[in-house]
Amino acid sequence: MYDVIIIGAGVSGAASARELSKYKLNICVVEKEEDVCCGTSKANSAIAHAGFDAESGSLMAKLNVEGNQMMEKLSKELDFPFKQNGSLVVCLHEEEMPDLQKLYERGIENGVKDLRIINRKELVELEPNISDEAVAALYAPTGGIVCPFGMNIAFAENAAHNGVEFKFDTEVTGFEKKEDTWLVKTSQGDFETKYVVNAAGVYADKFHNMVSEKKLHITPRRGDYCLLDRSTEGFVTHTIFQLPSKYGKGVLVTPTVHGNTLVGPTAIDIEDKEGTNTTQAGIDELISKAGSTVKGLPIRQVITSFAGLRAHEDGHEFYIGEVEGAKGFIDCAGIESPGLTSAPAIGKMVAEIVSGLAGAEENPDFIGTRKGILDPKTLSNEERAALIKENPAYGNIICRCEMITEGEIIDAINRPLGAKSLDGVKRRTRAGMGRCQAGFCSPRTIEILARERGVDPAEITKSGGNSKIIVGINKDRI
Amino acid sequence: METRELICIGCPMGCPLKVEINNGEVASVTGNTCKRGDDYARKEVTNPTRIVTSSVIVEGGSLAAVSVKTKQDIPKGKIFDIMKALKGVKVQAPVHIGDVIVSNVADTGVDIIATKNVL
Amino acid sequence: MLRQVYDIVIVGGGPAGLAAAVSAKRNGIESILVLERDKELGGILNQCIHNGFGLHTFKEELTGPEYAGRFIEQLEEEKIAYKLNTMVMDISDDKVVTAMNREDGMFEIQAKAVILAMGCRERSRGALNIPGYRPAGIYSAGTAQRLVNMEGYMPGREVVILGSGDIGLIMARRMTLEGAKVKVVAELLPYSGGLKRNIVQCLDDFGIPLKLSHTVVDIDGKERVEGITIAQVDENRRPIPGTEEHYTCDTLLLSCGLIPENEISSSLGVEMSPVTSGPLVNECLETNVEGVFACGNVLHVHDLVDFVSEEAGAAGKHAAEYVKNGAKHPSSDAKDIPITATQGARYTVPKTINPDRMDEKHIVRFRVGDVYKNCYVSVYLNDERVIHRKRPVMAPGEMEEVVLKKEELSAFPDLSQITVKIEEA
Repeated sequence: MYDVIIIGAGVSGAASARELSKYKLNICVVEKEEDVCCGTSKANSAIAHAGFDAESGSLMAKLNVEGNQMMEKLSKELDFPFKQNGSLVVCLHEEEMPDLQKLYERGIENGVKDLRIINRKELVELEPNISDEAVAALYAPTGGIVCPFGMNIAFAENAAHNGVEFKFDTEVTGFEKKEDTWLVKTSQGDFETKYVVNAAGVYADKFHNMVSEKKLHITPRRGDYCLLDRSTEGFVTHTIFQLPSKYGKGVLVTPTVHGNTLVGPTAIDIEDKEGTNTTQAGIDELISKAGSTVKGLPIRQVITSFAGLRAHEDGHEFYIGEVEGAKGFIDCAGIESPGLTSAPAIGKMVAEIVSGLAGAEENPDFIGTRKGILDPKTLSNEERAALIKENPAYGNIICRCEMITEGEIIDAINRPLGAKSLDGVKRRTRAGMGRCQAGFCSPRTIEILARERGVDPAEITKSGGNSKIIVGINKDRI
Repeated sequence: METRELICIGCPMGCPLKVEINNGEVASVTGNTCKRGDDYARKEVTNPTRIVTSSVIVEGGSLAAVSVKTKQDIPKGKIFDIMKALKGVKVQAPVHIGDVIVSNVADTGVDIIATKNVL
Repeated sequence: MLRQVYDIVIVGGGPAGLAAAVSAKRNGIESILVLERDKELGGILNQCIHNGFGLHTFKEELTGPEYAGRFIEQLEEEKIAYKLNTMVMDISDDKVVTAMNREDGMFEIQAKAVILAMGCRERSRGALNIPGYRPAGIYSAGTAQRLVNMEGYMPGREVVILGSGDIGLIMARRMTLEGAKVKVVAELLPYSGGLKRNIVQCLDDFGIPLKLSHTVVDIDGKERVEGITIAQVDENRRPIPGTEEHYTCDTLLLSCGLIPENEISSSLGVEMSPVTSGPLVNECLETNVEGVFACGNVLHVHDLVDFVSEEAGAAGKHAAEYVKNGAKHPSSDAKDIPITATQGARYTVPKTINPDRMDEKHIVRFRVGDVYKNCYVSVYLNDERVIHRKRPVMAPGEMEEVVLKKEELSAFPDLSQITVKIEEA
């Protein structure tokens, strides 16, 4: 029997798992996909929001600011990419300055540090490519950019290192309340646990509603994005927001922590909780809106577009706590923006609640640091040469666009919670994220995955399930 | 009198050809810029042929497959018979350009030869 | 770090690199090193197992691997050094090449001259911004070609192809021969970009329909492709609502353009052409960085490998001359005359020509931007038209050429501009 079963290995579930592993608890994360970070956590703006946007007094605002403040230290402890590049909310119409002022005041109330309004002159100095229509901006130096997969995977690996079990391809189908425990029914069998943490993203309402009379309603709110080539690095250096106005809510233009430029998202409410397909209308909308805050956006340098689904609950708030009438069932629901930023704080809050309820003892063996996959590009030439001598796989480049070596891919596959698919390798190493979008490296990565995992290349998938790459061998149907 | 319009596949130029056919026999060919075009036109309307290229599995070599071709052109209607005949064919390394992989494939009188060295 | 020294370093051991190496050797340079990232020489030709190569060069029709084999043989006869599985990471502007492989680790080579021959990559689904899901089963035609021809794996069973360039057409046939069903080839433009012979032997032969002025507007299937929707496009190449057609399939192949792979060139400071995405070169095929030459698909995407070999041969010869002259150019009184492509001509290779330095005759290659019937290729020296050649058909998919004569250029008084354009009469 488990002490805690966490539903969902996205950033909320993984952060909760990591924080809970600081206690002597028997924890299992169940995830319906083949890997961690397969839902909204892999398709978002990758921003560590400063915290002026969330409504004052809300849990969202509190955890946003807290999470933002935890990022720098955590990124070092858990070895994931994070950069405090600063955010700018750009005002394009003089008559909207009062709204900018309101945003500033809200930020102050929420506890955001170093916030200030800057005039056009200073704005242009910070961002030469800012729109000619920009009159002023709210400057939040504490805003940052993060690698969402890096952070999610880091939390999960550290949790696993500290004894948390992960079950993949395990979809929760229902619950049965026993006297002091919950029976969690899944596609891979039934598991008994004292506490359940519902961190199921867009599906969190489905599970909450199975155990509670008071219902939650989560609408998948789709955000389409366009990602631009790394050659656009430096086009903007801060994360550029558009001040929401009567003309609508704009889209952001931001550098990513890896040197790309990200444009988006739209905000389109849909019914299908699996509706991550982009649409022509969505892409057209974000391209036309992106041109508002910056001039000369190099949109022709697009290398891919994608969409993620925000778990938008009707009340537009985080629901973190024990569910009324369902003792031992803890919600971690409605985690839409600023969910990614808040994740470290969300994890902490969930852990406080569950460990408090359980009266759990601290885990003296807890190891709080984690080393990510070695990136040879961070080594000096001499160090790199020595590395290759010791392990020649680091001398074999597989992904030429991002210059990722076989050594890194092997590491990604063989470490705890290792990659099993092309997307798993991609999110851990960046192989396949470059301008050719895996055209060159995928045959080679398939070979390495098959070899390392001891399976036939035809078994390798893009992202688990039925997403096979190879369907057979030549002439097998003749 | 029947007139057929074809594109010559003899070389990358792809000249447009006009073939006049009288009672099943080629009366004239126009539009070609070389002799091969004339030959192609006559063949194409009476007995179309093609070169077939494919690849077969190599065992014990530095590469998994070796590219092959029919040494000469074969009747167009036999293309899939040839593919069937190549199904499951495996060669042992080393293979050299020109090595016969399958002789008289699908009874066409034409050999399948390797077009690549795999050592 | 280990540093070696070579007179000429060639980046890429495909058809361009091979021909450049052999030519440089035959023009008197002994110290040559070819660096190739794949596990064998031959480049993209290794996966082009179909016929049609070599008609100009060898007066025979060869398959890709056979054509490559001829040049590999020449390279080995000339005993030219090469390294496989070796990736060039960087080239400094004083021609230090940094490369990496398993055996040698990271190492540097000081070169006197560098020849860029890296070839090109394919435009991806992402770069085309096709909306829809992002399932498995979407490949660029070249990636599928590699899987089928070199690994023996089938990437799909029921296929839709976007793009009627040669790679798309060749893969239509390839997939069909290996047992897949190709349902349709859609082409955005009102004409096919591939050779007419390939329409016949790759589509007509197998009854595969070609839909011109069509594009892919949606992809369904969350894990693996389940269907593709295509639609007709208007004269602005935007999909026309109401013309959608859905095809059930498990595979989408994309053959929508080749892009020269110039990451290394850009970081070296080589000036690039915004039209070709390849380096701007003079008649010696030299870039703006002295002693750095470019040839083959990295310079501009070719249709016929025979022209690649010709171009690369010239690059090898000029690199050799540069080295023999003490790693500098012979002095010249004449200027580099710019060649402008305009009015129908999209670009020329080379971009400049020096009447003093050029050969007796120089082939200038160019492409047109549209289909032209019964028009003229015209060349002007300053304002005077000196060439006015009628061409029955010209298309963007077929590289064109004009020949400039040294005699004519040298004799022309105050020559400052050469223009290549298409005229109706």
